[in-house]
Amino acid sequence: MRGKAKEMTPEVTWQEITPGGTIYEPGNAEGYKTGDWRSMRPIWIEEKCTQCMLCPPVCPDTAIPVKDSKRLDFDYDHCKGCGVCFKVCPFNAIDFIKEEDKEE
Amino acid sequence: MAYNLKQVMNKPERLTGGHRMCAGCGAPVTVRTVLRALKPEDHAVCCSATGCLEVSTFLYPYTAWKDSFIHSAFENAGATLSGVEAAYTALMRKGKMNESYKFIAFGGDGGTYDIGLQSLSGAMERGHDMVYICYDNEAYMNTGIQRSSGTPRYADTTTSPQGTEMPGKMQYKKDLTGVMAAHRIPYVAQSTLTSNFKDLYEKAEKAIYTKGPAFMNVLSPCPRGWRYNTPDLMEICKLAVETCIWPLYEVEDGKWKLNYKPKKKLPVTEYLKPQGRFKHLFNDENRHLIDNIQEDIDKKWEELLKKCGEDS
Amino acid sequence: MSIRERLSGNEAIAVAMRQINPDVVAAFPITPSTEIPQYFSQFVSNGQVQTEFVAVESEHSAMSACIGAQAAGARTMTATSANGLALMWEMLYIASAMKLPMTLSCVNRALSGPLNIHNDHSDSMGARDSGWIQLYSETNQEAYDNLLQAIRIAEHKDVQLPVMVCQDGFITSHAVENIELLEDDKVKEFVGEYKPDHYLLNHKEPIAVGPLDLPAHCFEHKREQAQSMINAKKVILEVAKEFEKLTGRKYEYFEKYNLDDAEIAVIIINSSAGTAKTVVDKLRENGIKAGLLKIRMFRPFPADEIAEALRNVKALAVMDKAESYSAMGGPVGAEVKAALYGKADGIKVLNYIYGLGGRDVRADDIEEVYNSLMDIVKTGQIGETYRYIGVRG
Repeated sequence: MRGKAKEMTPEVTWQEITPGGTIYEPGNAEGYKTGDWRSMRPIWIEEKCTQCMLCPPVCPDTAIPVKDSKRLDFDYDHCKGCGVCFKVCPFNAIDFIKEEDKEE
Repeated sequence: MAYNLKQVMNKPERLTGGHRMCAGCGAPVTVRTVLRALKPEDHAVCCSATGCLEVSTFLYPYTAWKDSFIHSAFENAGATLSGVEAAYTALMRKGKMNESYKFIAFGGDGGTYDIGLQSLSGAMERGHDMVYICYDNEAYMNTGIQRSSGTPRYADTTTSPQGTEMPGKMQYKKDLTGVMAAHRIPYVAQSTLTSNFKDLYEKAEKAIYTKGPAFMNVLSPCPRGWRYNTPDLMEICKLAVETCIWPLYEVEDGKWKLNYKPKKKLPVTEYLKPQGRFKHLFNDENRHLIDNIQEDIDKKWEELLKKCGEDS
Repeated sequence: MSIRERLSGNEAIAVAMRQINPDVVAAFPITPSTEIPQYFSQFVSNGQVQTEFVAVESEHSAMSACIGAQAAGARTMTATSANGLALMWEMLYIASAMKLPMTLSCVNRALSGPLNIHNDHSDSMGARDSGWIQLYSETNQEAYDNLLQAIRIAEHKDVQLPVMVCQDGFITSHAVENIELLEDDKVKEFVGEYKPDHYLLNHKEPIAVGPLDLPAHCFEHKREQAQSMINAKKVILEVAKEFEKLTGRKYEYFEKYNLDDAEIAVIIINSSAGTAKTVVDKLRENGIKAGLLKIRMFRPFPADEIAEALRNVKALAVMDKAESYSAMGGPVGAEVKAALYGKADGIKVLNYIYGLGGRDVRADDIEEVYNSLMDIVKTGQIGETYRYIGVRG
């Protein structure tokens, strides 16, 4: 009776729901987008970034992906626009603008 | 191996995004750092007491935890995880499994200092090979910012509100780290979020890889409850350390060691001023209370220096 | 070939636990169940079991640790009584909601207040809505047999619910009586190995258990849990049949004692059934068609089967060793009456509260109950249906 989390919609029946509320897919929250929470938006200015790596660990939402000791662009599906990364960057390589002002 | 931020950031993430913690919350930053200290090949079972962390990271049908995770109730993260660890010990003894697992429990100050104190104490006393991390945000935040015994003196909370007769919480903050050190477990530490996360990471590594029970108290600010400017998370933690309100220290096998001594100890006002929960202390009737806070912090700092064998 | 022994109820449970050799036992002492963790920890200390015994610091932590252990993939057992059960009340509900097949030996003792260490059923009756399967035991033999079967019932794939095996504190738990035990290897064979499909200590398939469950899903989870309790009815009989093949001892939902042609009957639970049986014998000798129904499975409640068994009874007394403070009777009385409604409306039913706080239950008391039933049959008048026996005043 192992159900996939994405099948556990608000319409799932009791016969199909996972017993005991157990979830069998670790880390599946990654599929849930929290990017629409934003009212402010961080912008990565790659030219100014020295890859000091001070910003990825401060993100509460793991929204600054890292590969080979280098940060990549923001994961806007999950970034909530808290601005903590903006404040810690010593090189002004992160801008912090209103979400509504973002470039399309 | 010396700590290298750029290297450790390559380690796999064990807490995903997509959880419902508030924007800028200190707790998931703490959890990410602690879990990062695990060796990538080691498996873990994580546990959380009911609270902000649990309800936001495990809301059916989503879990942000990449390792196995259990939540049962509010006051029993210590006991619940002891059961998991006991199961592991038994199954290993019976030859039913043979892999390396680490056991890490998380609880807020509510589920740790107060309602969860008994089960934490029991778990530590029994010597289970597990780690308990308290993410201390200094009030019962999940239910709307009610005071806990971890709330600092004079902070405004919804059950210790500042008013004409009382300027906020009247009791001093409980010294939980001291209480846990008195359990004489192999490893106890106090930490917070520092700029390169070396302090928290290395302590978490020690806690996880020291055999037996370990406890860490990690100051994890809450922008909602503390009412500071949300992006200033790291600055608030830094001020807590530089004012000596939240010293960074370890007690390893009963030996007290101070990890950081500010060259210039800042006055407590630097820490209090940016936070709305202390705003009322800055009006004329209450200003003298700040002196009281300063005296108390100074006294506790001196006591700690002595315990750690440091000069004043 | 079974082993003949002389054991108290507590010893019998401890022996069963030793033979089962569970992975984890987390328990806290409380009279009169204390001996169970005591005997068991001696087994641990002497290497007779490979169980990890967790000497927790409270019953709430006992159930919490049991939940952690069972969810982790370990066969877990515990024991408690009265206020210990009450202290773990919150966690009982959580254990069953999480579908964890652990077993608990409840040595029935009165819930405080006032403080009383003696037997009544207020503890386990208070937990009747917690989602745990409840089996009651008249003797040390039944307690032993029920616990062995409990493992199989709980762990059955259609059930996956925790099971509570109850026996009377002091009366059964501390009285030494004859008992037939199974050999160790027969027990091992009967209970088998615990092989959960999903468990925390499985890094190949990590799971998360115990979510925050919002209105969108919670009701479906509770309905699924209720179905497991419904499924348990069939499983309990299947396991009993298998047990009968092994031991020759037959178990069903309840025991019928001279009930088939009975005109007056009493429903009772646990040790007082023994007393009641002697009264039935005496009445039968005098030509009175008296019978007894002793409930073994209280959760799930065998409503249809009880109604069927009492089909021909004219007057019935339901004995409750617990109050429910409904101002109309006790827990068993309410459930029996609900079971009879629409199925056996002709039966006149009395509900007696008896034995609270360890008040001795004498054959005379039971005889008085049967006399009341005879009066009702004779006069057709039922009188007060909510009665007490054995209390002064």
